[in-house]
Amino acid sequence: MTAALSVDRLEVVFDRFRALKGVSIEVQSGESFGLVGESGSGKSTLLRAIAGLAPAASGSITVNGKKLGTRRDKAFYREVQMVFQDPYGSLHPRQTVDRLLQEPLAIHGFADGEKRIQRALNEVGLGTGFRFRYSHQLSGGQRQRVAIARALILEPSILLLDEPTSALDASVQAEVLNLLEEIRRRRKLTFLMVSHDLAIITHMCERLMVMQNGEAVENLAASDLVKRHVTKDYTRNLLRASDGFVRTA
Amino acid sequence: MSTLLEVDNLRVTFPTRTGRIEAVRGVSFSLGRERLGIVGESGSGKSQTGRAIMGLTPAQAEVTAGKLAFDGIDLLAASPRDRRALRGKRIAMILQDPKYSLDPVMSIGRQIVETLRTHEKVGKAEARARALAMLEAVQIRDPARVFDLHPHEVSGGMGQRAMIAMMLIAGPEMMIADEPTSALDVTVQLEVLGILDRLVSERGMGLIFISHDLRLVSSFCDRVIVMYAGKVVEQLKASELGRAQHPYTRGLLNCMPKIGADRHPLPVLDRKPEWAA
Repeated sequence: MTAALSVDRLEVVFDRFRALKGVSIEVQSGESFGLVGESGSGKSTLLRAIAGLAPAASGSITVNGKKLGTRRDKAFYREVQMVFQDPYGSLHPRQTVDRLLQEPLAIHGFADGEKRIQRALNEVGLGTGFRFRYSHQLSGGQRQRVAIARALILEPSILLLDEPTSALDASVQAEVLNLLEEIRRRRKLTFLMVSHDLAIITHMCERLMVMQNGEAVENLAASDLVKRHVTKDYTRNLLRASDGFVRTA
Repeated sequence: MSTLLEVDNLRVTFPTRTGRIEAVRGVSFSLGRERLGIVGESGSGKSQTGRAIMGLTPAQAEVTAGKLAFDGIDLLAASPRDRRALRGKRIAMILQDPKYSLDPVMSIGRQIVETLRTHEKVGKAEARARALAMLEAVQIRDPARVFDLHPHEVSGGMGQRAMIAMMLIAGPEMMIADEPTSALDVTVQLEVLGILDRLVSERGMGLIFISHDLRLVSSFCDRVIVMYAGKVVEQLKASELGRAQHPYTRGLLNCMPKIGADRHPLPVLDRKPEWAA
């Protein structure tokens, strides 16, 4: 099996702050890989560095066997798309859904835009009735569906998901997680997903990496985490925290 | 158990261009010296309920109630001046994100001292000493240093502790915490909850804990009120959450991914119009 995405000893430095300290991951094609950690652990930075939104100081990123340079070309964005955390911030407030979805198609010179927009909107369960609405006319869950449609419209093989449901209500979160799983199954996508919530990661991913202070704490299979076969104290703390509040009398 | 707060048929209505929107539609409950959780999703009216009790409803909105009384004081009949005297002194409120709820251009210590001196006649030196003691009580390791820091210089968890210190310094009898830990990391969340829990029980305060996280609330509170579309759909003891009757409560509990529960796809909420009726 070939790795769809591999990151080798990646360093990201902002001024003099080392946000990522030599992190390596390998995600197989069709796999769903999770990144967990608290704020500032570097999990989002890793995702952004892969997407070309954070500068890599050293190390390498390889996508589908092709090593990436400092600049990403169009072909890269045909393969890799990203869904951001905040659906209120990631959609242009003065563009209709249709316009939002046209943009990637225009950039990449697709002729069959009409068909693709309809397909993408149907796929995320919105339907074409939403096509000429503005984002402020949509709920949080609907906005996140538009963001997912925008990511899917170029038919990428890898989706980078940065806390895609943390801004949503629990019931809407379940709907969006189900949608993501269904799309992955249907399109055989590779997921790299960031979340601070262990339950979401074990639900969505087969393997995961726990991060802290820009470093990998440990790599685990989701099934090991469920059985609580963890080796590091930090992971144990995270597990305990996700059980909820326990009163110490 | 003495009753601290009585709420009967509380309604909060917002006039809008398209008609009147009722955010809270007839909520009734009472609070003693206990921990009460109010749970619901966005738009359920949980925060507006808390704000109405606190007297922080926007001016254009209309608040009505059969009864809204704190320790025998009729809050709706009280003058703005009387309510101001209650606010911060006897009823305190913690908001979600310390980044927005603390004054960004005032040092943390000065903000705490300001709260104290608004409500009590104390000298500068004593106020400072009490603020430092309070910062210590919320488990800030180096109170003297944090006293002089500005909110942007501290982490979210530290900021929320400072917020708690500020709210507790005047010794309130009732505290409303509106999503006090939602902006924090899970591990920090538990520390802050632990501090809140200890201080509330030590001082015998009444606590209203507003949150969207049903599981967290049930592990923290004695009693839980579940709200949907501005109404209370269910009231139950936190320990009996597993025996919740209302389909909304059960749906809310079910739809969250759990470690070790292998459910694909996750059950989703099937909203019934009669829940909102």
